[in-house]
Amino acid sequence: MNAVTNILVVGIGGQGVMTATEILAEAALALGYDVKKTEVAGMAQRGGVVSSHLRFGLKVLSPQIMPGQADLLVAFEAAEGLRWCHYLKPGGLVLMNTAQIVPPVVDLGLYDYPADPLSEIRARGYQVHAFDAQRIALELGDVRLANTVMLGAMADHLPFPAEVLEEAVLKRFKARKPQMVELNRQAFMAGRAAEKAAQHEEVSA
Amino acid sequence: MASVMPVQSPARLLLSGNEAVARAVWESGCKVAAAYPGTPSTEMLEVIATYPEIYAEWSVNEKVALEVAIGAAFAGSRAFCAMKHVGMNVASDALMTLTLTGVIGGLVIAIADDVGLSSSQNEQDSRFWGRFAHLPVLEPSDSQEAFEMTKFAYELSERHQAPVILRMTTRINHVKGLVTVGERIEHPNHGGFRKDPSRWVMTPAGASKRIPLLFERDAALQAEAESSALNFVSPGSDRRVGFIASGAAYMHVRESFPDAPVFKLGFSHPPPIEKIRAFAHSVDKLVVVEEVEPLLEKELKAAGIPCHGKDILPRQGELAPNVLKPAIAKLLGEPAMEMPTAPAPVFPRPPTMCVACPHLGVYYTLSQIKNLTISGDIGCYTLGAGQPWNALDTTISMGASMGIALGLDKGRGEADRDKRIVAVIGDSTFLHMGMQGLLDIVYNRGNVTVLLLDNRAVGMTGGQPDPGSGRDIHGQEAPRVDFAKLVEALGVKKERIHVVDPYQLPVLFKTIREEIKIPEVSVIITNQPCVLIDDYKKQKPYAVIDEKCTGCGNCVEVGCPAIHVTRREKVVKPSGKEVELQFVRIETAVCTGCGLCVQPCAPEAIVHADPAKPIRLVKS
Repeated sequence: MNAVTNILVVGIGGQGVMTATEILAEAALALGYDVKKTEVAGMAQRGGVVSSHLRFGLKVLSPQIMPGQADLLVAFEAAEGLRWCHYLKPGGLVLMNTAQIVPPVVDLGLYDYPADPLSEIRARGYQVHAFDAQRIALELGDVRLANTVMLGAMADHLPFPAEVLEEAVLKRFKARKPQMVELNRQAFMAGRAAEKAAQHEEVSA
Repeated sequence: MASVMPVQSPARLLLSGNEAVARAVWESGCKVAAAYPGTPSTEMLEVIATYPEIYAEWSVNEKVALEVAIGAAFAGSRAFCAMKHVGMNVASDALMTLTLTGVIGGLVIAIADDVGLSSSQNEQDSRFWGRFAHLPVLEPSDSQEAFEMTKFAYELSERHQAPVILRMTTRINHVKGLVTVGERIEHPNHGGFRKDPSRWVMTPAGASKRIPLLFERDAALQAEAESSALNFVSPGSDRRVGFIASGAAYMHVRESFPDAPVFKLGFSHPPPIEKIRAFAHSVDKLVVVEEVEPLLEKELKAAGIPCHGKDILPRQGELAPNVLKPAIAKLLGEPAMEMPTAPAPVFPRPPTMCVACPHLGVYYTLSQIKNLTISGDIGCYTLGAGQPWNALDTTISMGASMGIALGLDKGRGEADRDKRIVAVIGDSTFLHMGMQGLLDIVYNRGNVTVLLLDNRAVGMTGGQPDPGSGRDIHGQEAPRVDFAKLVEALGVKKERIHVVDPYQLPVLFKTIREEIKIPEVSVIITNQPCVLIDDYKKQKPYAVIDEKCTGCGNCVEVGCPAIHVTRREKVVKPSGKEVELQFVRIETAVCTGCGLCVQPCAPEAIVHADPAKPIRLVKS
């Protein structure tokens, strides 16, 4: 028996998708799991799509998550949640930042932004817990905290205690920007709370 | 589950394939490492540069990088060179004779194939170089193997006095996995450089004597591959299909067919034919899973070993489980598994220029000028071929914009009689392989207007310095090439050389318009830095006054990702023509105030954002 947990984190270059997955990987590593992490992010620095695959378990072979295989999809942007939802196991869960980042091809009138990505995902039988990570980050005073908000939102959907992930997040800031530790703790908690509230909404809807 | 996990050893690190190779290069006592940046290989040298024991450099191109490494290996030191797949096309002139001289100090050449073309102009299979140059090829399947094989490669290199090719792919270079690391062991210098013209000076007489040694070395390497522990069988009980796989494909095969026997090919060239023959006898059907070309498959068939390969598997792209499983099901006559399908297509997100990128000014200007044929080059500015500019017509290889422009000029037919030929090239690409092309244009009196976009960095790979940056790989001050003087020295007339600020649209427009009319070579150098490097200084951001915006859409044509259309409106002009108005806003939070969009705005609706107002972010 080799149970591997598959988490797919998606968004746009520059949003911190790869950093968030890296922190998640460090948490899994701290627990002694075998870990593999891979990105499809060719020219992501130029506003392209980023999909970061994290797989951990006793032994991980292929680093790639296949369609229908993800235990959890974390979308840093609404349309990206829709683009990748078929990677989830049937009925699987999307944690979605409702922020919409409109690319130039939409502004140029060449394509349309999906009218309601959230409903479209639900119509395919997946659960969605949606919240505005960007606004939460801004309310805490720094848009860059959205990354940590998203990590907080994942914390209760992992096969290990939320505190392990929180520790991995704060460890990174302790080493690099100690003045940011407290704010990130708050962002993490706010993400956890927002996700719980969204879960409530989904259940009562 | 967590409680049963083994405790992590402090020497186990989560490393990408690139980081693992860098660590192994350091531990192996390597003294000199050189590369030119190129996805997915770039991080190898970036990490190596952090080790003070190794001399590391960004070279001007891959050929020079390999030659630097060759020199160090001739001097008896261990050396390393990294490049992306197309880099070896440039370096191969050196490689093909290096194989005759061989080396004294171990030399490892890591070549990163962009299987699946995440960031390249083509897809190549670098295992060919092992065949072409009679050199051993090692293929790691994850970070731990990348680490171990790099260390082994140095031993192999010195044992056979031959450079060793470490063939990687994007799915090895950029995947992070656990690696158990060690410490650096200094390596003896083999007594330094020993003069020996018969070995190091490759004249026809000398080279012809060394060719037979290649064949002897081939045989010795073949024997070593046959017995190498890097080539082994991962046993399996389901013998209907046995697989042979190397690199990333090995992990995909194990993942997809956990009960199948798999021949793991780590020391992949020369191929261990006899070991494979024995394996082939033990399975019903043999399937070769190789990214990208059917190299081994053909070699096995030539050796009389029946096998499947590219008859059932694709000849391009990654051979991931979603590709392998249906192909094997079909081979076995089993029903195909259902794979969940993507939702209705979501708009694409092609890579875009950055907010305030100085290239925006160049492409906006080029898009406003008619009758141009524009040869382009490799870098961020290749994006000029896309929307909204459509202002780049060819891209082939590093530096090709120069020669192709000259050929477009000299080869023009009647249909192109009035076309003006423009070549667009970045600073680093110009220094890499473009200078020679410009010299050729000058020497052969071509009629080409060259736009040399000097942004002081190798932008696309992450802003690495080049000889035009004034900094070296460590960020230390270094001699900085003067592009105006350089092109003048190549023979461009002084009055035909202009240095222009690409944010000053009227000046840029006027300069290009004037130069394309003059029937000789001109060089227009733009002089603003890449927005991703420290040299770039942000200015006060802009915002749109909603009431003043008339929807003309001029600013949208600049192509800056900070400009968003909020509303479209169809109106009929007095002339009866229907036009679509595009009302805009600026994402003030990301605007860095370059002012490019302000210049074509007729109603002066774009002004500096009011610092007192809260900055509006992406819509939620």
